[in-house]
Amino acid sequence: MPPGNARMVLKGIGVAPGIAIGKAYRVDRNKVSLVYYYLPSPAQTKREKDRFDAAVDRAEADLKEIRAKMAGEFPEHVHIIDTHIHILRDKMLYDETIRIIEEQQINAEWALRQSLENAQHIFAKIDDEYIRSRFSDVDFVAERVLENLTGQNKQSVAGIRERVIVVAQDLSPADTIQLQVEKTLAIATDMGGKTSHTAIITRSLDIPAVVGLENVYQAVRSGELMVVDGHAGKVIIDPDEELLNYYYERQYQLERYRKEVVRCAELPAETEDGYNIKIQANIELLEEVVAVIDNGAEGVGLYRTEYLYLNLDQPPTEETLFWDYREVAEIIYPEMVTIRTLDLGADKLNTRMRGSTETNPALGLRSIRLCLQEDITFRTQLRAILRVSGITKNIKIMFPMISGVGELRAAKAVLEEVKQSLIKESIEVDENLQVGIMIEVPSAVAVADLLAREVDFFSIGTNDLVQYALAIDRVNENVAHLYEPLHPAILRMIKQAADAGRQAGISVSLCGELAGEPLYIPILLGFELDSLSMNPLAVPRVKKIIRNASIEESKDYLNEVLHFTTAGQINEYLCNLAWRRFREDFELFADEMGNLPAASGNGQ
Amino acid sequence: MRDIAKRLEIRVVRKELTIRNKLGLHARAAAKIVQTSNQFQSRISIIKNGREADAKSMLDILTLSCPRGTRIELRAEGKDAAEALAALAVLFDNKFGEE
Repeated sequence: MPPGNARMVLKGIGVAPGIAIGKAYRVDRNKVSLVYYYLPSPAQTKREKDRFDAAVDRAEADLKEIRAKMAGEFPEHVHIIDTHIHILRDKMLYDETIRIIEEQQINAEWALRQSLENAQHIFAKIDDEYIRSRFSDVDFVAERVLENLTGQNKQSVAGIRERVIVVAQDLSPADTIQLQVEKTLAIATDMGGKTSHTAIITRSLDIPAVVGLENVYQAVRSGELMVVDGHAGKVIIDPDEELLNYYYERQYQLERYRKEVVRCAELPAETEDGYNIKIQANIELLEEVVAVIDNGAEGVGLYRTEYLYLNLDQPPTEETLFWDYREVAEIIYPEMVTIRTLDLGADKLNTRMRGSTETNPALGLRSIRLCLQEDITFRTQLRAILRVSGITKNIKIMFPMISGVGELRAAKAVLEEVKQSLIKESIEVDENLQVGIMIEVPSAVAVADLLAREVDFFSIGTNDLVQYALAIDRVNENVAHLYEPLHPAILRMIKQAADAGRQAGISVSLCGELAGEPLYIPILLGFELDSLSMNPLAVPRVKKIIRNASIEESKDYLNEVLHFTTAGQINEYLCNLAWRRFREDFELFADEMGNLPAASGNGQ
Repeated sequence: MRDIAKRLEIRVVRKELTIRNKLGLHARAAAKIVQTSNQFQSRISIIKNGREADAKSMLDILTLSCPRGTRIELRAEGKDAAEALAALAVLFDNKFGEE
């Protein structure tokens, strides 16, 4: 435990990093209480509609005022208020309320509640989580109108006078935007999740925030001293001096470390003794390329291409794919982009396969197997990739889930046919296009030497390799504790694949969560890989650790670890190593017991 | 007489297209569609798999749920139908100014 005591410690979800220490300021956002009644006579209908209209007009005027204020301070968030203004007059809310007043002869509050509930039903049915969660916007708008109808006014966050930690049950986007950065140290709320407006806006404003605390609003009094820890997702209410000093120190250190790591993100990942390894990023969406560049990643080591195929009735067209890949390639140029071909289960690809259920989908018709069967879908994707390769010349292509040489040859044969047909159409393709495979099926490790003769590179995909090698479905909570990335079997397999690649003279990289885990870096270096590919946000810290490491030492660490018998033993060794050899990069992240965040059993 | 008849004539125009912007028809794109549609008198709809959304209702568009790659049909009915569709097509082509 950290030193000292506090009146209360609450756990929530940290959505914006950083530590803030200050006085609490409670913002009352209780929903207005409503009175429902039938209109006394039909003659009242018009008056009731006018009353509703006036309430909407006032809400619109208020929103426009907020918008005008915001346009100066946060022009990038103005669109949120525009959305609200649109919703205010949307037929789903406005026309519907008017209709209900007329039809049911009830008061405006009741009618608005009903149309709100109808809208809620419609939103609840949507698959897309983002769109579903936008119902909160409809809710906030309706609340504003209801406030005007009842004449109940809520406290505004705009009136805050000193620098405080804002504590609320929930904050509307308008509230969050009105928070003046210079007066808001942090935000703590009962509700909200990782994708709430509060989360997005606080991150962009760089204010620490913890949401989903459930009862912080009840627990804290305005003016009380509190700490918001956006890293640990914790709120500490009324800490004693000892604990307070602990957090002041932590705040200072973290800030200093964070600045230094990001400042040096551009420097190459070169060990003290001159070994260079490329640090690349895994991405899934086009928009993530910004994070790739900002965090100093040297290209994209894994572009997952499944996103464009989800929630569609038919696979995307060649043009859609072409433009998507081309944009990524052009932004990343001159660095390379490794595009992994479709890695989906039959259940996700909406084709004639849909509806056929497999008892064991992880071992079923998926990924490259499905592509080899769904020939047209596969060829369309290959055409798009090859066309981009001819223009940008910085593409590599990678087949997932290859289990042996036969499957690899089949995939390469299709690729070659597509290539020839493009050439026949006088469409340029990159003649030097490199073709590689994911090493993620245990059989591929066993025949890595055979596979290495027929490809230009390996990328060891640890997430699936661990799952297949240990026979663990990590989302199955009954066995998730057995998901051990540091299992000696996994390290041996990585070594076997890496050695086979090196002996054949092809490049070998490692992607998957393992690659971005700072604690593992000292031994991963020992495999003498050509590159590591990881979540872009992990890049700066991993690069810094590598710059403090030495390849010769890392080889020794790895040799030592390869003699260990259990994952637990290896994990302990790595924690000790980090503590002993890389203290400055780890001690800030140690938990209150002085332990490093254990190498994750569940891969998170 | 003929002029009047022509002027009164209700015209229907359709156009099929694929959503190409990154985020699909999310809040910001939907707001732009509504803004543009409101400049015309025609009844304008977005149709996906036979489901129809009013292009002047942001919530209708949102709840139609159109991620990138969705094929949709734009349909406008009224005397300024052609102009309306042309204006909307520009919006879709420019990917709603996202990129």
